[in-house]
Amino acid sequence: MANPLQQFEVKTLIPIHMGGVDASFTNASMFMMFAVAGVATFLMLSMRGRALVPTRWQSMAELSYEFIAGMVRDNVGNEGRKYFPFVFSLFMFILFANLIGLLPYSFTFTSHIIVTFAMAITVFLGVTVIGIVRHKLHFLSFFMPAGVPVVMAPILIPIEIVSYLSRPVSLSIRLFANMMAGHTMMKVFAGFVIPLGILGGWAPLAVDVALTGFEFLVAFLQAYVFTILTCLYLNDAIHLH
Amino acid sequence: MPIRFLSVLMAFAIGAGPAFAAGLPQLDTSQYAPQVIWLAISFGLLYVLMSRVALPRIGQVLEERQHRVNDNLEKAEALKEEAESVAQAYDGALAEARAEAQAIVHQAAERMAADAAERLAQLSERLETEITAGETRINEAREQAIANIREVVVEVAGEAASKLSGGKLDNKTLEAAVDAALKEHG
Repeated sequence: MANPLQQFEVKTLIPIHMGGVDASFTNASMFMMFAVAGVATFLMLSMRGRALVPTRWQSMAELSYEFIAGMVRDNVGNEGRKYFPFVFSLFMFILFANLIGLLPYSFTFTSHIIVTFAMAITVFLGVTVIGIVRHKLHFLSFFMPAGVPVVMAPILIPIEIVSYLSRPVSLSIRLFANMMAGHTMMKVFAGFVIPLGILGGWAPLAVDVALTGFEFLVAFLQAYVFTILTCLYLNDAIHLH
Repeated sequence: MPIRFLSVLMAFAIGAGPAFAAGLPQLDTSQYAPQVIWLAISFGLLYVLMSRVALPRIGQVLEERQHRVNDNLEKAEALKEEAESVAQAYDGALAEARAEAQAIVHQAAERMAADAAERLAQLSERLETEITAGETRINEAREQAIANIREVVVEVAGEAASKLSGGKLDNKTLEAAVDAALKEHG
């Protein structure tokens, strides 16, 4: 039976070494570029007409714009306007990565913990810096909500700090684990189709068909969750609870 | 989603036991550097493309549409107001015309009533004169008749008196007697 984890293997396509650092162009790098190209092509081509009455494609581009703009407006408020391009890029990047990863023989780079963690830590550090720049030392009051009795402080402050620090971990593991689990499961069931023969093979095939539909939902949902959590963290940094 | 992870574990137990031992590709740290570097490159590229080109373009189109819609709404509002003022003017003109018509009808009715009253007065005046004239004629005729009757009565009374008495009464005595009798009987 084929190894269901084989699909996650990173293969170097063009070896690049710069100053002792491995910066090789891998299949993961390729699919990152595909995602960028996919998003850019989708938005550029669909908006080519800039029509007053949008075509179907233009409508989709506008819909994605308004979807993220609404999310930022509702969760962060007017101050979030500055970060809209970042949040939008993040959402489209993850969404396209997840969707392209559903194509057979493709590679899903969001199923790699290092990739999701790099994105999550970027969001975490960025949001923390925004909070500190905006509120200076007052940012520390984030860990001691107003109105809490002082006696609670020794318990509450460590809890708040731990929960704050665990944000990048939970953010990255949620996306990575979901993508990896889904793809592994599909591969495992796919591996049963041929061995079970013409009579029994239909069952795992049917499961895979259902899973494919389910994975489309997960692909969108996880991109959405990652993005909305980014908005919520941004809101915390800007408004402090 | 704990169920999902549980099923993955089950899948590993059934079919991928040995593969799992080989280690997850995700934990291969030698591949971390290229992943992070290319993630930075690709995401940076996407961010620049989005913030410089794609998003301003979409935003502009959306804004233009909003402007256009607002513009059209304003225009519609202005047109509606104009239509309302025209309707008001029309209503005013209609009311005026109606009042005028009513005045004309009223005047005509008054004039006709006056006319009729005048004609009625004329008619009754004429009738009055005719009635008076008729009455005068009747009186004259009556007096004439009475005068005629007197002569006949005087004659008849003379005849009757001569027959009764055999002699002839003179006219003067007869006339005085008849006049007295007529006066007595009206």
